[in-house]
Amino acid sequence: MRWLRKNLVGIWAVLVLIYLFIPIAVIMLLSFNNPKGKYNLSWNEFSLDAWTNICGVPGVCSSFVTSIEIGIVSTLIATLLGTMIAFALVRYRFRGRSTTNLLIFLPMATPEVVMGASLLALFLNLRFPLGQGTVIIAHIMFIISFVVVTVKARLQGMDPRLEEAARDLYADPRAVFRYVTFPLVLPGIMGAALLGFSLSFDDFIISFFNAGTLVTFPIYIWGAAQRGIPVQVNALATLVFLIALVIVLTGQFVSHRRRRALEKPAPITVDLMSRS
Amino acid sequence: MVAVVPSTGGQAPPAVTVKRPSRTGYILLFPGMAWLGVFFAIPFVTLFLTSLQQPIPGKSGKYKFGLEFGNYVTAFTEYWPVFLRSFVYAGIATILALCIAYPLAYFIAFRAGKWRSLMLVLVIAPSFASFLLRTYAWKTILSDEGIVTSTLNTLHLLPDGRILNTGIAVVAGLTYNFLPFMILPLYAALEKIDPRLIEAASDLYASPQTAFRKVTWPLSMPGVVAGTLLTFIPAAGDYINAELLGSTGNRMIGNAIQTNFIEFRDYPTASALSFMLMAAILVLVFTYIRRAGTEDLL
Repeated sequence: MRWLRKNLVGIWAVLVLIYLFIPIAVIMLLSFNNPKGKYNLSWNEFSLDAWTNICGVPGVCSSFVTSIEIGIVSTLIATLLGTMIAFALVRYRFRGRSTTNLLIFLPMATPEVVMGASLLALFLNLRFPLGQGTVIIAHIMFIISFVVVTVKARLQGMDPRLEEAARDLYADPRAVFRYVTFPLVLPGIMGAALLGFSLSFDDFIISFFNAGTLVTFPIYIWGAAQRGIPVQVNALATLVFLIALVIVLTGQFVSHRRRRALEKPAPITVDLMSRS
Repeated sequence: MVAVVPSTGGQAPPAVTVKRPSRTGYILLFPGMAWLGVFFAIPFVTLFLTSLQQPIPGKSGKYKFGLEFGNYVTAFTEYWPVFLRSFVYAGIATILALCIAYPLAYFIAFRAGKWRSLMLVLVIAPSFASFLLRTYAWKTILSDEGIVTSTLNTLHLLPDGRILNTGIAVVAGLTYNFLPFMILPLYAALEKIDPRLIEAASDLYASPQTAFRKVTWPLSMPGVVAGTLLTFIPAAGDYINAELLGSTGNRMIGNAIQTNFIEFRDYPTASALSFMLMAAILVLVFTYIRRAGTEDLL
């Protein structure tokens, strides 16, 4: 009983983590299912059909590729624009700072349905043709804020002494940026890009409003939900989940290793010490 | 409130940022801010103008410029129960998420040790699988033949005898889907708390409960406020959970905006509804932040 009381928080934590993964387990399990009717909702019998013939249903793979294209283009542009804003916010003085901060904060505090509707209202009033272009525009718009926040945190957490040291060693501003600042901020930028891509790839509401007849992967799933989602969709989602997990875990591992390496006194320091 | 926390050792000293007043700052800001201005701020103006448009007689689905404030009255009288339902569902989901997330965030911040970063990865990992598909998976979990429903039914806990296609399923879906948005800010706030402050409380003979109530909880307030907002706002505007897990009686305001905009092509009503949703959320957010005393969060 005492053990239980002492570890109650830990048990709760483990239970919540399991709870978070229940739907993932269902998605994975049903990717090996051979559903009885058209709805892949309950277990019937084991089958590898979806995995061996992953593009077997028309529309699944093409929508998947569309989503990847949109994700890459919007992530690249949003990461560039957002990183520039983060640098300006942390490193430069300018007028209108509070307006700038508000304009960055608001997209994160606006429900997606409102952003999607308002952007569609703009495009309709301008008679702007809906399609891949409008979806990319929309995605860049809502990713920028997340990039700014992520990169800004990294820049603010940076030890300013490192850049000072480079300047003391006669590095010109360009060299300081190239050899010190940029490599130090890069993990933050990469993290922001990964976040941006996953937000774009998984976005349904804003895309649905501005897609016209274009079908992204989430829009395909939405349409298929009415008439039964093909098993292939579960297989693809499982694949995406596993790939993303591997990328993030590798990133964690690399940064962990690097931190450990930095904490260890490098041999060269010892050498210098003994000589002096 | 934040100033009370002494800085923990071993971190980089506060950045002595070199703030240069120069044109470079504006050049860096311009492209991104212009994008947000054109595709985020201006659309609110067009949304507002669209909400005041009037139909062109004889042509359905075509509207012209107008100052039809009556659109708001009609939209409100027709949809106020839906508004109310959205806020109630989102409110319940937010409270549930806070109760589920707080102990987990507390554990990761204070007790997880070397498992900390792995546990954080596990918190965000479910988001890598499609949002729609995860919501759809709850259809399987909560189905009428499933163990959850049958267990609760043998205990006679379900008023309708089922979960799927009721408000319970919608709230369950909302709670699940936005849980990471609650966990992460809570963790960020708890992690900043110096454990010595809690030790000091127990040294001064505070019971663990009192120490939590007087030290940990107040210091975690910025995380509670950020987490509840980041859960409540997307939950109130969501329509995926209501559509996939609820029945027609559980529709939320997002459903109304989506069907009016895309299916009925009733742009003025849909715009008026969007505008009212945004206004209601902003009012709620600002009064809430004011009352919680965490204005510096913005």
